[in-house]
Amino acid sequence: MPFSSLSHIQERLNNAETTAVEVAQLYLNRIAAYNDTLNAFVHIDSAHVLAQAEASDKYRAEHGARALEGLPIAIKDIFCTQHGPTQCCSNILKDFHAPYDAHVITKLKEAGAVLVGKTNMDEFAMGSSNETSAFGLCRNPWNTDCIPGGSSGGSAVAVAAALTPAALGTDTGGSIRQPASLTGITGLKPTYGRVSRRGIIAFASSLDQAGPMTRTVKDAAMITAAIAGHDSGDATSVADAPGPQSQADWLAVCDQKDMKGMRIGVPKEYFVEGMDADVRVQVEAALKQCEALGAELVDISLPNTNLAVAAYYVIAPSEASANLSRYDAVRFGHRCDNPEDLLDMYTRSRDEGFGSEVKRRILTGAFALSSGYYDAYYLKAQQVRTMIQQDFLTAFESVDIIATPTSPITAFKLGEKTDDPLTMYLSDIYTIAVNLAGLPGLSQPCGFAHDLPVGLQWIAPAWREDVLLGAASAYEATSHWYNKTPQAFDQPSGGET
Amino acid sequence: MDIDVQKVAMLARIRLTDDEATELGPQLSEILGYVDQLAAVNTDGIVPTAHPHDAAMPLRANIVTNGNHRDALQAVAPKTEAGLYVVPKVIE
Amino acid sequence: MSWEVVIGLEVHCQINTDTKAFCGCSTVFGAEPNTQTCPVCLGMPGQLPVLNTLAVDKTILTGLAIDAEINLESKFDRKNYFYPDLPKGYQISQFTIPLVEHGHMDITTKERGDRRIGITRIHMEEDAGKSMHEGLEAVSHIDLNRSGIPLMEIVSEPDMRTADEAIAYLKNLHQLIRFLGVSGADMEKGQFRCDANVSVRRPGEALGTRTEMKNMNSFRFIKQAIDYEVMRQIEVIEDGGKVVQESRLWDSVKSESRSMRSKEEANDYRYFPEPDLPPLRVSQLEVDNLKAGLPELPHQLRARFEAEFGLSAYDADVLTQTRELSDWYETLVATHPSDPKRCANWMANELLGRLKEMGSDIANAPISPEAFGKLMDRMADNTISGKIAKDVLDAMMNSGISADTIIEEKGLKQVSDTGAIDAMILDIMAANQGQVEAYRSGKDKLFGFFVGQVMKASKGKANPGMVNQRLKELLQG
Repeated sequence: MPFSSLSHIQERLNNAETTAVEVAQLYLNRIAAYNDTLNAFVHIDSAHVLAQAEASDKYRAEHGARALEGLPIAIKDIFCTQHGPTQCCSNILKDFHAPYDAHVITKLKEAGAVLVGKTNMDEFAMGSSNETSAFGLCRNPWNTDCIPGGSSGGSAVAVAAALTPAALGTDTGGSIRQPASLTGITGLKPTYGRVSRRGIIAFASSLDQAGPMTRTVKDAAMITAAIAGHDSGDATSVADAPGPQSQADWLAVCDQKDMKGMRIGVPKEYFVEGMDADVRVQVEAALKQCEALGAELVDISLPNTNLAVAAYYVIAPSEASANLSRYDAVRFGHRCDNPEDLLDMYTRSRDEGFGSEVKRRILTGAFALSSGYYDAYYLKAQQVRTMIQQDFLTAFESVDIIATPTSPITAFKLGEKTDDPLTMYLSDIYTIAVNLAGLPGLSQPCGFAHDLPVGLQWIAPAWREDVLLGAASAYEATSHWYNKTPQAFDQPSGGET
Repeated sequence: MDIDVQKVAMLARIRLTDDEATELGPQLSEILGYVDQLAAVNTDGIVPTAHPHDAAMPLRANIVTNGNHRDALQAVAPKTEAGLYVVPKVIE
Repeated sequence: MSWEVVIGLEVHCQINTDTKAFCGCSTVFGAEPNTQTCPVCLGMPGQLPVLNTLAVDKTILTGLAIDAEINLESKFDRKNYFYPDLPKGYQISQFTIPLVEHGHMDITTKERGDRRIGITRIHMEEDAGKSMHEGLEAVSHIDLNRSGIPLMEIVSEPDMRTADEAIAYLKNLHQLIRFLGVSGADMEKGQFRCDANVSVRRPGEALGTRTEMKNMNSFRFIKQAIDYEVMRQIEVIEDGGKVVQESRLWDSVKSESRSMRSKEEANDYRYFPEPDLPPLRVSQLEVDNLKAGLPELPHQLRARFEAEFGLSAYDADVLTQTRELSDWYETLVATHPSDPKRCANWMANELLGRLKEMGSDIANAPISPEAFGKLMDRMADNTISGKIAKDVLDAMMNSGISADTIIEEKGLKQVSDTGAIDAMILDIMAANQGQVEAYRSGKDKLFGFFVGQVMKASKGKANPGMVNQRLKELLQG
């Protein structure tokens, strides 16, 4: 049961084989048993979880089940929730309680989901290893000496170790897909504008997008169906977005069993030096399998791929430097003790509140936007962004979907890259372009290298999550990788069901 | 590239100790050095992208939807007095 | 050698919407501190702006009224700086592509006559909150009710050459904005605030270094501040110094300005496109519809009042100061078309004078245009004289009673009966035989004495025209 998919749990709930309270209790027991080791959750309120589950069972009895009735979903600490703290794993928001729910939280509640707590993350989502969290590092359940990836590391670990069947993450440059890849689960970043950003603490507003982290492709579709849709409170949330609309539409695309007639683009720029040879073997095997399923593999080129990281590390820090100005110790958040004057209050509160990676990015952004440098950095990066977007548009003229590795390497050792920010940044090399272009991307497990999971990334044209989910479903149906469980955590613990 | 880290830190209102500045300076230089590869790209005539999609801004109606929730909103404030936020004296 | 003064003005004008620029908070002035705030205008984590449609319409309307171009696609940017009354640490503004560009405003001054002042742009932005320091020792208090109220920033070309021209421009702009109904433009409430960029140069030379006088909200202070700054700059240059580009703050108590350089020093606004707001697109159709709804503008009204009603330039100007005034006047002449010039004259002088004394204005006048018109009619039909009419107007304004009732009850009806007037004249001639003799021997000036005596005897009620006519005839003998 603990490693069951969301849809399997749903089936059992619908068949009255279990209750939301039982399910919640099972995962609470596992959290109690394993969270000390993994540090996937930074906040858990068991009583509140059980109360939600109880309310859900009652709702089911009285009105029937909603789309996610009684299903536990963990929430990255970046989503504002009225209940409990929302801290973005930063000391500047220590003990902050948002007086509102993020729009997607409201939607999950309306769908009957049980929210199981706040998961660990890189501070303000700035990181690729979850090591910048102010609330301690988070361990990869496949090898606890390794990082889980980031920034949605806690959500990835919680799902991979079955402390929850599903979680929400956010993805600005790969923060859902990269940790999903490194922990052997499925992660979907929807098309920019598909999911409302309102109430999600902003990192880089033109790149951020929330999405599901799950054990199966269908589970990802289920959650996306629930959280997607126009929000009049977010001017970048797109009204009348094309693609699947109803829960049934979203689930239907997951019935795809083969890839007949599908043209899969394989960009040569993603299979180059610097890529772990064992990772390459796994990804190439997966592509072979797709061919066997009827797909045609097409060699393509995304010529500006090598510029994506550079453009990203101008655009994202620039937007972040402004987004993080609101943490000024006036209306909320950390204020230093006994400020001497206004300037001292600002500078000391922000020094004490922000960790070093966050400071590095704010300073990078402030510099890139500063007088005399704007054209050379920010404007240039925006133009390169256009070129990268154009690369994809051109590619999608001849292919339906693009397949790449999610990460050039498997999970690395904790502490290995903390002193070298640039090398750390380069670990997102395969995921960043998708955000710059605003496209949907999905990572799913496709094998192991060095006893650690390897992820396959799918990239589809804007609004074509249906193509993405269809291809991933067909691949998943003939692979067993998604069913693997990390041994150290695969003993059912506590509450038997 | 040489960057006046303290000047940028002042723009961003972040106090940096000399040690931090000494550590951050080369790191920022390295990051910006990597970013400098953009300079070699010919971007003549290329329209900059600020938003991923070509969409227009939706507008809101001119209708009051918010009431007074001062107490709840100020519950998270570091310091208030009689409904006002309190900060060290602002000198104009 | 003379100096030429170059002035450009930036006006921040609050747009009078019910809700703030980017959230659903009320904009009503004077509420308890921070009771009109929400997570959006407090800049709380994860909160996003959505622009108020009426603020857009009103900015476009203003642009159309100054003959400007409306950009069908405009953009929003973030202007970054830290200040405790700026919740997000950036102000959402329009930097690269404003909604309105290339307009103008015509002005007239005694010294320099008619001139056209260019208006570079009008862009939309959000207001900051208020910091309060008075009576506080080591702290300031922040009220964010004003945070997020929509503003238009109206930026002129550096086309003005005297402080009088600057004031004329501001007054015309202020009047226009109130006419359009796009802002309360109440200067005391800070709804219409002005920054003045001032520089001096020798005629024919390139522009001198300018300083910016910040945040002034009274025409008088603006004139004082500009005059002061011009003198200061000339003194600096003539003493061999150089004007430093800086912001200066006008101290209206000390009547002097001081440098705000300390605040400027670290400012580098790091503008960049607001990622939370896609481009603002308006259709030509929407613009055309707004244009069709544009009211008659002050300068058009002024011209029409002069042409249609034969008003003097002065009266036409006074009666087009506000929409309320011109509407009042138009209602007046529509219901009492007998003498539009008299109506204008009486309204401009007698009515507005009295209202001013009462500390009131036309919107709160205790009498209606119809009631005022009746009084005009009673002069036109010779029921009362102008002198009596002034007393009747006083009584009307105090009591609200109609002119006819007052005239009736107080017996103020003008005496126009030849017999009665003759009788009075003959009585006075009999009592002043010496003066009659003198008049008849050529002392023409005494005519006024007799008029005065008759009016006094009639308690002002005798028809002055008839008194003149009959006096002349009877004094001839």
